[in-house]
Formats: sequence, C-alpha cells, structure tokens
Amino acid sequence: MITVSDLNKRFGKLNVLQSITVDFQSGQSYAMIGPNGSGKTTLIKCILGMVLPDSGIINVHGHSIANDWSYRNHIGYMPQIGRYPEQMKIGQIFDMIRDLRKDQSSLDEDLIREFKLDQMKDKRMHTLSGGTRQKVSASLAFLFNPSILILDEPTAGLDPIATEALKEKILSESSKKKLFLITSHIMSDLDELSSHMVYLDEGKILFKDSIELLKEETGEVKLGRAVATIMRRNITQTLHV
Amino acid sequence: MIRIGKYVLYDILRSRFVILYTALLLIVSFSMYSLDSDAGKSTLSLLNIILLVVPLVSVVFTTIHFFNSYEFIELLLSQPVNRKTIFLAEFFSVAFALNCAFFIGVGIPVMILNFSESAVYLILSGLLLTLVFVALAFAAAVFTRDKAKGIGIALLFWFYFTLIYDGLILYIIYSFSDYPMEKVTLIMVSLNPVDLARIIILLKLDVSALMGYTGAFYKNFFGSSLGIIYSLLFLLLWIVAPVLFAIRKFARKDI
Repeated sequence: MITVSDLNKRFGKLNVLQSITVDFQSGQSYAMIGPNGSGKTTLIKCILGMVLPDSGIINVHGHSIANDWSYRNHIGYMPQIGRYPEQMKIGQIFDMIRDLRKDQSSLDEDLIREFKLDQMKDKRMHTLSGGTRQKVSASLAFLFNPSILILDEPTAGLDPIATEALKEKILSESSKKKLFLITSHIMSDLDELSSHMVYLDEGKILFKDSIELLKEETGEVKLGRAVATIMRRNITQTLHV
Repeated sequence: MIRIGKYVLYDILRSRFVILYTALLLIVSFSMYSLDSDAGKSTLSLLNIILLVVPLVSVVFTTIHFFNSYEFIELLLSQPVNRKTIFLAEFFSVAFALNCAFFIGVGIPVMILNFSESAVYLILSGLLLTLVFVALAFAAAVFTRDKAKGIGIALLFWFYFTLIYDGLILYIIYSFSDYPMEKVTLIMVSLNPVDLARIIILLKLDVSALMGYTGAFYKNFFGSSLGIIYSLLFLLLWIVAPVLFAIRKFARKDI
C-alpha cells in the first residue's frame, strides 16, 4: 500500500501539488483522473522517486521512500511516453532490466508473448512505432510480478487488440491482491478496470471515493457521466461561495 | 554499478566517437615524433596539442553523452537502482572510455618512441586532465536541463581554463609587477587544472624557462618533486570536487 501525506511540489512559480494526502490500499484499483496538467503524472513520479517533493512524506508498504530505492522492487511502472535508449534492441532492453533485477525469481512474460515482442527482439527502439513502445513499457511493468502497478495512460496509442489484452491482464492481476494506480482520460476503460476514483485538479485532490458509491450518489450508470455530474456540482458550489 | 557501467560502455563504443578520437591522437603523436629528431622538443609540441585537445574533447563528449543518455537514466530510475550508482556508473564509464582512448592514442606511441620520465608524466597528466574535464562537464550537464545550455557551460570551462585564464594571470602579474607576486601566482596556478598539468611536465622536461615567469618561480619555490606532488594533489581535488557537486545535484534532480 501507498500512503501520501501533505505532499507539496512546486516547479518554479507553478504549484503542481498542494498538500496532497491520500492512501492507496493493496487489492484495490485506483483510477486517477483530472484535466491535463493537474499533477497526475507529477504525483506518480513523486511516488517513483523521479521527482523529489518539496515537503511531505510518502510511504510504500509502510516504509518512507525518502533516500531509499529498494522499494522500487515492489513497483512496476508504465510511463505515459516510454522513452528508451534509441540504439538498443527490444531484446537488449529486456535483458538489461532483467540483469538489473537479478534477485527476482518469478518472471511474468505473458504480455511479451501476448504482444509478440519476442518475435521482434532484434528491432532497435528508434524504429518502433508509438504503440509498440507502449507494448514494451507495459510488458516491462508486469515482468517482475510487482505488488504495485502504476500505469500512466496505459491504453493511449495501443491498437484495439492490444488494448483488450492489456485490460484483461490488468483485471486478472488485480484479483491477486495487487495495487493498481491507473491514470487515463478514457472513462469507459477506467469504469471496467478500477474500483476507486481519485480526482485531481490544479494540484489538489477534489474527490476520492469508490466508484460504486459515486454512481449511487449521482444516480448515473456510467462513470463518465457520474464524474461530469460531480464536477458540475463542484463548480456550482464554488460559484455560490 | 559495474552492471550498469557495462551498458553505458556498450553504448559509448557503439557511437564510434571514441574510436575516432583514439585514431586522431595516434596520428598526432606519431607525426609529432617523426617531425623532429629531438625527442624532448617533440614531447613539448605534443604537450601543447594535448593541453588543448584533451580538455575540449572530454568536455564536449561528456556533455553530449549525458544528454543523449537521458532516456537511459529515466528508464533506470523507475527500477530499483540507487541514483548515486547510476551517476557513478555514467562517470566512470565515460572516464574509462576517454582514458583508454588517450592511453592507446598517446601513451603507447610515446612509450615506444621516447620512453623517459617526462613521457610518463605526460601520460599521467593527460589521464588526470581527462578526468578533470569529464568531472567538470558532468557537473555542468547535471546542473541544467537544457542541452544547449549544458554544452555551453561546459565549453565555457574549456575556454576559461585553456585560453582566458592565462591571459588573466599575465595581466595581473604585469599590472602588479612592482609587488612580490610569487605566492599569488602560485595560488592562481593551482586554480587552473590545465596549468597544473603543464607544470608537472615542464618541471620534468627541464624547460621551465619556456613558460616564463610562473614556471621559473614554480621550480624555485618547490623544487621538482615537491612541486609535482603538490600539483598532483590539486589535480585530484579538481576531479573530486566537481564529482561530489554533481552527485549532490543529481541526487536531487527532478527527472
């Protein structure tokens, strides 16, 4: 599980994250939504230790991540835009990451097979299309059977077949007591994949609840409509204040 | 660290730049020794070229390499790897590749054609100078996000230490020539790694008069062996200080 308390981050004058306090429980799947530039990716990068917060504490499985790196053994990360050394071949990337994480025994190569990446081991990264890069990123995230999976817009750029394969994989893994943190702008995907929703806007968490409850409260059947209703309500509230 | 370094080195070798650099150094060293029959003079000419070329290549190659491996660093940072390990792997791989190039390109020809004490010092100071400028370039590259700015800062180091600094020293000595300037020049020389490397070799070549005022004074003040130990220590400091700065900066950098 991940707990974040009072997290702040500025980029120059821009307040990207403002006292974010949130916790993510194992066995649940969280959908993180919000407009572009609302701080979703920054929050994820803080959890991964790629961006260092100005203040605040992040705990992963009960241990603070400050000045630690071994906790990333528990995390699989699929970035929004997978950037890889251009000269390396697909096979070399997998070999390298495997080599770096030698200590881990159980490998999960389902997605590599599913996406047929093993058949194009010798392709260099710079020859790959955006979608194929996404496939590499997804396969890497799941490869080491991590207990936490952070997926930043996992289905953007994937073809329909790959999208379905990835969604199936996410569903089958989330039944194994794993923690999923997924950002996306595709509400129907999130509706299928996640149990909870976190809404981020301008660096603040406006809303966090289970999706069932959200639908019940708004009386909507689809997540997209339910979110829209909540947002409209928030806007009118702020206008009246 | 060695595991990561292996991949960095592989990447460096693929770009073939280091191989070209080795070839260039080989050509320069062999041609210098075939131009003049006096080996001492050849070493001196070689020294002057090395003092210009080695820092320049180290600085440019290191910054370009660092910015080109940004994706690689990004990929590693999402894995359970220590940031310090990543940085040191990058530093040592670049330093190792450039030092190998220098050793093959200059070290081996010099040892074959003119093996002497001064030649050993020429090689040693070339290797140290490479390390100094790789360290400075890493500090510049880590300091900024922008590729052009990073290369600019790194090139500024090169300009400053190889061209501007000597002019400044001369100007100061000239303007204050009525005062005893010995200790001041000593301090000023220590603040420039290129001068330090030059002094190590000049003291060994016994041509310190060629370097004028500073060199002559340096020899008098220290006597050869003490002067060399002093300058070697300062060169080491010039490597360690930028590396420590860069590690601190890299540990807190947002990727």
